[in-house]
Amino acid sequence: MVKMVRKGKLVLLVLVLVAFSLSLAGCGQEKPTLYVYNWGDYIDEDILGEFEKEFGMKVVYDTYSTNEDMYVKIKSGGSNYDVIFPSEYMLTRMLQEDMLEKIDLNKIPNHKHLDERLMGTVYDPKNEYSLPYLWGTLGILYNTTLVDEEITSWDVLWDDKYRKQILMLDSQRDSIGAALIKLGYSVNTHDVDQLAEAGELLKQQKPLVLAYVVDEGKDKMVSGEASLALTWSGEAMYAISENEDLAYAIPEEGTNVWFDVMAIPKGAKNLEGAFKFMDFLNRPEIALRNTEYVGYSTPNVAARAMLPEEVRNDTQAYPSDEDIENAEFFVHLGDALRHYDRVWTEVKAH
Amino acid sequence: MVKFLKRSYVYLIFAFLYMPIAVLMVYSFNDSRSRGMWGGFTLRWYVELFQDRTIMSSLYSTLLIGVVSALVATIIGTLAAIGIHNTRGIQKKVIMNITYLPVLNPEIVTAISLMILFVFARVRLGYLTLLLAHITFNIPYVILSVLPKLRQLNKHLYEAALDLGSTPTQALWKVIIPEIMPGIITGMLLAFTLSIDDFVISFFTTGSGVSTLSITIYSMARRGINPKINALSTIMFTFVLLLLIVVNVRQAREEKKGRNGKNGSKRQVSSLGARLGGV
Amino acid sequence: MKRATLFPYVIWMALFIVVPMLLVLYYAFTVPTDAGATWSLDNFSRFFEPIYLRVLGRSLRLAVISTIICLLLGYPAAMVMAGNAFSRKSVILLLFVVPMWMNFLLRTYAWLTLLERNGVINVLLNALRLPNLNILYTESAVVLGMVYNFLPFMVLPIYSVLSKIDKGVIEAAGDLGANSFRVFTRVIFPLSVPGLVSGVTMVFMPALTTFVISRLLGGGQFTLIGNLIEQQFLVVGDWGFGSSISVVMIVLILFSMAIMSFFEGEEKSVALW
Repeated sequence: MVKMVRKGKLVLLVLVLVAFSLSLAGCGQEKPTLYVYNWGDYIDEDILGEFEKEFGMKVVYDTYSTNEDMYVKIKSGGSNYDVIFPSEYMLTRMLQEDMLEKIDLNKIPNHKHLDERLMGTVYDPKNEYSLPYLWGTLGILYNTTLVDEEITSWDVLWDDKYRKQILMLDSQRDSIGAALIKLGYSVNTHDVDQLAEAGELLKQQKPLVLAYVVDEGKDKMVSGEASLALTWSGEAMYAISENEDLAYAIPEEGTNVWFDVMAIPKGAKNLEGAFKFMDFLNRPEIALRNTEYVGYSTPNVAARAMLPEEVRNDTQAYPSDEDIENAEFFVHLGDALRHYDRVWTEVKAH
Repeated sequence: MVKFLKRSYVYLIFAFLYMPIAVLMVYSFNDSRSRGMWGGFTLRWYVELFQDRTIMSSLYSTLLIGVVSALVATIIGTLAAIGIHNTRGIQKKVIMNITYLPVLNPEIVTAISLMILFVFARVRLGYLTLLLAHITFNIPYVILSVLPKLRQLNKHLYEAALDLGSTPTQALWKVIIPEIMPGIITGMLLAFTLSIDDFVISFFTTGSGVSTLSITIYSMARRGINPKINALSTIMFTFVLLLLIVVNVRQAREEKKGRNGKNGSKRQVSSLGARLGGV
Repeated sequence: MKRATLFPYVIWMALFIVVPMLLVLYYAFTVPTDAGATWSLDNFSRFFEPIYLRVLGRSLRLAVISTIICLLLGYPAAMVMAGNAFSRKSVILLLFVVPMWMNFLLRTYAWLTLLERNGVINVLLNALRLPNLNILYTESAVVLGMVYNFLPFMVLPIYSVLSKIDKGVIEAAGDLGANSFRVFTRVIFPLSVPGLVSGVTMVFMPALTTFVISRLLGGGQFTLIGNLIEQQFLVVGDWGFGSSISVVMIVLILFSMAIMSFFEGEEKSVALW
């Protein structure tokens, strides 16, 4: 009996301690706090400490793994982030649902360093809500020892020669998008017939596909498990840096240019801090460190100029004007997303 | 010979269970960031690991939440199992079916419905909500581990204890709990394991500034999981293994002492009478 | 007194299981309209299209196969552990769960490294001049992943039941002339059924709704019910459809369990429930 009471006390003690430490975590903040929500491993974290020191602000930094995860968290209303980093299609979705604060470009003077070609794009024509953070293209990563032709077209992903050597993305928008571009349609189409056509094309392709991959695809390419992969340029750059036999190509039919942008969710408490943070990230030397750490392309022209010559002139990482003009941007599809989902489920269950 | 075969069988299963662990440990010494390539031997991930604030603080949260949620779930779940065991008919069926729900519900459904509940009730998302969520999905596993032990229990044991003059509480603590202990331990182990491995439910029920290891690791996936995580796993694994060995050696030594000494029989105390002797 | 111990759990259950479940039911039975939400069965009628039923069928099949393999592998292991082959049983028990303390994603990626065409296993097989093993991105790999991750959930409850079976009963059966096979089928196995039922439940139910295993080891080619639901909640944002799939599945399983217990009579139903 005594033993039991003692055990009970111990448990109680543990609980009280926990409750105490929880309440401590909540208070005692004199400095203003900036809550930042970003992709995992998507910033040189030393930069956060420097920002804290320079502006006398505390930064609470959390990470997510997909746009959708982040969206559901923000939408629920249970979070309190000041700066988020959605991709462009998620930005348009959040805009449609009135989930974002306007930004004040006057308070972000460093935005003048950003590439004109990547500003004022269709997803945010006046840059009222967002500034690009990192960007890239959709293309084909291939192993030059296994593929000895020049890649110029999406057709190669449908070539019987590469049966069970092809990796597609397990992502509705990107895989269906590649099929749509190949067919000459818009990647944002709402047309059910066009989508059905793209679906048929993907079903035809399925016997050739080794796997529909997400994040593990780049490692498969590095180890030479597959010859060709539909992939984003950032992932491709990473894979090429690990294995020199790999190369990345943007097909001539066109591509999709993607962005991860900085934005402020509605109800953010520390607007001033958010602007300062966005301005800080747009300083050329800071943007340089981030692009070097992450390995994705920076939209910051001044930062790009400071990169080693072979990187800044690499047309794989920084495509030509022509490629950019020829490219489309994703926007949120609203209810049409269900048709995409339907087509995709059919392809996968085929 | 039979003993040898039996042991070999279990060792084979261990080989199956530990094969991937060996792989991820080897990759903690890989000089390349990619899993697809062996870039030579290095210790740099271990050095970088200890400078990484994010990983260290998420390790702390993971262990804290894991231990506390397993403890609380074990207490509530064990008591619940005893109660369920003594309930009959429709009432029992209803409770058991509800108990299955968190096991049966896909994680994402549990996660989002709990998140909506917390936001609606205006509980600030953070340690507290994370803990509540973990306890919730742990309890069914504890109940499912303890119930079979209760069914195995001799029905008359409890009554015999009462006849021998113990109060119901004493009978519970001195008779029933020791008998079902293996089930309780099993339940607690499973609860702790589930808690530290969970990603989906943790992600949606946590708030700003509180991150578990799983959340940190999953969010790295897009850029490739940093080998620092492999280094951390290797350290954790080695630590647990060493702990097991130390405890084991100490126990063996104590047993030896016990066997030599005259009090050896004390360890054998297991009969009902002897246990109640202390009441 | 003994019933009162149920009290804390009932409150917990009501707050954190029943209330969220009501939310799920609400989403399942409504469709969003401009003026809010209206009651509707659309989400359910959509699910009964052949394409989704096929996904459900595959999920059930793979979950059943995984559960059976876990049982066949796990039961003997639990028996060995409960017997006298090992002197340190608690250590052996812990060794079954320790691998699960390493992160799930890392473990699954490690399986990729093992199973790939030029992976560790095939390199070893080549060295021994044995035929290659190419199961990655097949249903076998998905089953393997499930067995790997859920095996401890089968072994532990069976072990905890077997470990305290009264040795006297077994000896008595032996003294009465039963051979060891009969001792097993007539004495040990029936006594272990409660643990077995718990094990099967803890393996089958999570196996049915897992989605990361099928995505990574199945190469995204085997959409399971878990993938479908995750897709609805996160990618499409159609919470109603996602909830309704989940509800259908839960009703299906609980219903079939009830029917089984009905046919097997009241006494055994206690074991099954």
